[in-house]
Amino acid sequence: MDTPVGEQEIKLLLNDMLELYGFDFTDYAKASLKRRINRLFTLDRFPSFAEFRYHLRNDPDYSKRFVEQITVNVTEMFRDPVFYQNLREHVLPVLATYPFIRIWHAGCSTGEEVFSMAILLKEANLLHKSLLYATDLNPVVLQKASTGIFPMSQMKQYSENYIAGGGTEDFSRYYTASYNMVKFDEELSSRMVFSTHNLVSESSFNQFQLIMCRNVLIYFEKELQGRVFALFDDSLENLGFLALGSKETLKLSPIISKYRQEGKEKIWRKIH
Amino acid sequence: MAQNSLNGVQKIVVIGGSAGSLHVILHILARLRADLNIPIVIILHRKNDSDSSLSQLMAFRTDLPVKEADDKEAILPGNVYLAPADYHLLIETDKNFSLDDSEKINFSRPSIDVTFETAAEAYGEGVTGILLSGANADGVEGLSIIKAHKGTIVVQDPSTAQVPYMPQQAIDAMPIDHTLTVEQIPDFINQL
Repeated sequence: MDTPVGEQEIKLLLNDMLELYGFDFTDYAKASLKRRINRLFTLDRFPSFAEFRYHLRNDPDYSKRFVEQITVNVTEMFRDPVFYQNLREHVLPVLATYPFIRIWHAGCSTGEEVFSMAILLKEANLLHKSLLYATDLNPVVLQKASTGIFPMSQMKQYSENYIAGGGTEDFSRYYTASYNMVKFDEELSSRMVFSTHNLVSESSFNQFQLIMCRNVLIYFEKELQGRVFALFDDSLENLGFLALGSKETLKLSPIISKYRQEGKEKIWRKIH
Repeated sequence: MAQNSLNGVQKIVVIGGSAGSLHVILHILARLRADLNIPIVIILHRKNDSDSSLSQLMAFRTDLPVKEADDKEAILPGNVYLAPADYHLLIETDKNFSLDDSEKINFSRPSIDVTFETAAEAYGEGVTGILLSGANADGVEGLSIIKAHKGTIVVQDPSTAQVPYMPQQAIDAMPIDHTLTVEQIPDFINQL
């Protein structure tokens, strides 16, 4: 038994996405991509691969859904609390010495980590002199992120993460609840800039003191991971920090000689 | 590699377990041949903590190298790999691992189904999938996909399982190649 959308069919779809819409998924890790494409195929009840492909090629709106559904947009606030504790204790005091702080959240998805960072900055009294650039290839998730509205059902978990990561305030002071949603304070989002940016095809657009890119690179094949590391290196000031997901590493990348890992968490500092 | 290349089929053993299966896995590891020439991949449902104590606990039981699987790591015979907490573990057709933090499946991340399904697609008839004790149905769909790719499917005898629900779900869903007691599982792996 084979899945309805096999490897050859995926090649066709990825070529269509590149040629017709300019999205390059050809160097994404295949097993995950295959699962997500087949999930979408089942979800949208296409009777055959040919109809799936026809729809994708001829309906630009459907290409947006395709991008939204095959990229993974699962994220949470203060995920891996110890990581956030490290940011709080070791990275923010260094950033505090700059007159102006620029942070890039690359592949920010629906923005939970950007709001987490804004809370850290506010508590360190640095938010007023910081700018958080939040980018993703997917305009749909960016739109969600920019509203600062998240489901109430998540707040218990996020509050626990926040406290485990060294937070000492009452977490609910940062949002206003309405029905089953909460809206985070506009003071937090006032220091955020949301913009589409495709790590696969676009170049560096600024210089940062901290780049956060957590659990994005696992979706890329090795060679593409290397290209993205070079892009981050181009975008990071000397002595800046690069923060990755808990299972991602700079170790095997050619730029590693210019970086030093800070402690046990996946935070590297550019030292050359 | 000799054993693996003898008939041109690369082999892999994927073991999924949930509630009540940790001691079974430790029992299996303690009895594996030191010269086992097949990779073993373990997906164990557990709480989301990123400490490495579980792989250390496992490493005490066997002379085979035990580690948490890393993203894009090559899968080597004779190694025992553990799916990391809070990530799905996928097997690529070029016999590397990749990680994925997409939605939980059957309330689980790592999900046994995800690893079983991708193992089936990468290794075909070379896959042996083993489902142990547990309280949910994760892994049942994965076993059926392994079977569809002509792999071998094994479940822990529910009468020997601390929580029989998971292996029983598999038995109810499809014909199982081997239903084995905890004692029989290591011998079965050793003669693959």
